[in-house]
Amino acid sequence: MDALSIMGLEKRFVKGRKGEVYALRGIDLTVAPGEIYGILGPNGSGKSTLVRIVATLLLPDAGEVRVFGHDVVREARRVRELVHRVSTEAAFFKKLSPLENLLYGARLYGIPGRIAAVGARELLRRLGLPPDRIGRPMEQLSRGQQQKVAIARALLHPPRLLLLDEPTTGLDPRSKREVQELICDIRAKGTTIFLTTHDMDEADRLCDRLAILDEGRVVAEGRPAELKARVGTDGREASMEEVFLALTGKEWDDDSSPAA
Amino acid sequence: MIPPLRRELIATWGFVARNIHLTKRYWGWELVWFAYSLTSSLAVAYIGLGTERLSGPGVDGNYLTLYLLVGTLVWSYLSQIFYVISEMVAWERWEGTIEYTFMAPSSRLTHLVGTSLFAVVYGVARTLLILAAAALFFDLNLAGADLGAAALWLLVGSISFTGFGILAAVMPLLFPERGVQMTNVVAALLLLVSGVYYPVEVLPGWLQLFARASPATYVIRGMRGAILEGIGLGDAARPLALLALGGIAMILFGTWVFSLAERYAKRTGRLKRSG
Repeated sequence: MDALSIMGLEKRFVKGRKGEVYALRGIDLTVAPGEIYGILGPNGSGKSTLVRIVATLLLPDAGEVRVFGHDVVREARRVRELVHRVSTEAAFFKKLSPLENLLYGARLYGIPGRIAAVGARELLRRLGLPPDRIGRPMEQLSRGQQQKVAIARALLHPPRLLLLDEPTTGLDPRSKREVQELICDIRAKGTTIFLTTHDMDEADRLCDRLAILDEGRVVAEGRPAELKARVGTDGREASMEEVFLALTGKEWDDDSSPAA
Repeated sequence: MIPPLRRELIATWGFVARNIHLTKRYWGWELVWFAYSLTSSLAVAYIGLGTERLSGPGVDGNYLTLYLLVGTLVWSYLSQIFYVISEMVAWERWEGTIEYTFMAPSSRLTHLVGTSLFAVVYGVARTLLILAAAALFFDLNLAGADLGAAALWLLVGSISFTGFGILAAVMPLLFPERGVQMTNVVAALLLLVSGVYYPVEVLPGWLQLFARASPATYVIRGMRGAILEGIGLGDAARPLALLALGGIAMILFGTWVFSLAERYAKRTGRLKRSG
């Protein structure tokens, strides 16, 4: 059974005078259990919309999305037990400490406070959060530390499918590397990872397979090496930027696409 | 594997514990808000003594003071419940956590019940503190009051206001930018028509129709009956039962409307906007 299967997915939003704008058009893809599957695309290409639909935070207009066989619309609660999401913005109650935030998150998943507290401390230690930060308000933590707490929140109730929506955007190089290593560790334990990014190197390095999304459409899909070989000439392997240019006809520019 | 009911109970406690932690972290704001509520209640209650001074001995200043104090304290309590619940969405929007809460596998009823439970306990504690502080300023005579009946009126009234709060929480869900302000309009309307500071009979006939629809009207009337006239549970059983039934209906209706609004927000992408 696929960890994630998406068939004919469409999503539109009403945008003022523009009327209806397509965020996703006819997306078809499948993710195998234990895989790191990447969605590579510039800002506004529809990556976050796609993740939100899988996370049951948005309802699709057409098509079907299944997580380990469960429909995200009709079996939303079952899907919520299987997935967790980490987004670019590490959204927390800023006055609460990492521990208080993690306890809150864990209890929503039915984990008793005593068990959650032990698990949270252990996770935060493994993630390298200094012990003196565990009881301090989140607003006093660095961006990288907040992102580690966000990942800990997702792992307290270990998901079968982890949705990572640009988890390294805005991080300093060291924090970025630590989070990327963590992603590999999580996958090594059998968790399927669905990762969106606009960092080509990250997509190239981490993903088993990836899809390139442009203006809500999948324009290419495959293993990073396959995609590069498809575009490369004279036996030379192309860079991911060249892959994007060849497949979309556009230069890689994060701000070039319409917001979705 | 944790049984489903236990999971929901743990999640319910999760909402209560979260709000306790938040209240502790914002203790400075809590002090300011308490001082504001206390001074507001005192200012209203002193109108009773002031009216006696202005109108002469024909007016029983102590009775009027207690009449106004009951109104202002009950309103403080009920509005507290209303605001805590109605702001549950607004606060999470502000913090950016709303998507994480809505993504959790606990039921929406658990979410609403957990928030309401905290609101009731917090509201009772806060109102008792205001009452204790206000008692230092007035010579309150509660000898003839039926405090048991008064407590029951307050408790049953909480059910209705929980329902109102859940209904009002729909507004910040649907209108990220102005939703909270809209809940203030609902609270102001309830304050106007529910006889908080005057008998509803002084209102124009068409406003009295709204007064009849407001549960606060019955709670405040019942509280005044219990405290000022010593009306016990025997005489209040029927109106209390009707208020409780109406309150339960309001919670069910509010939860149903909230679920429709949530679906609409998920269709139109309104959960994402931080407002």
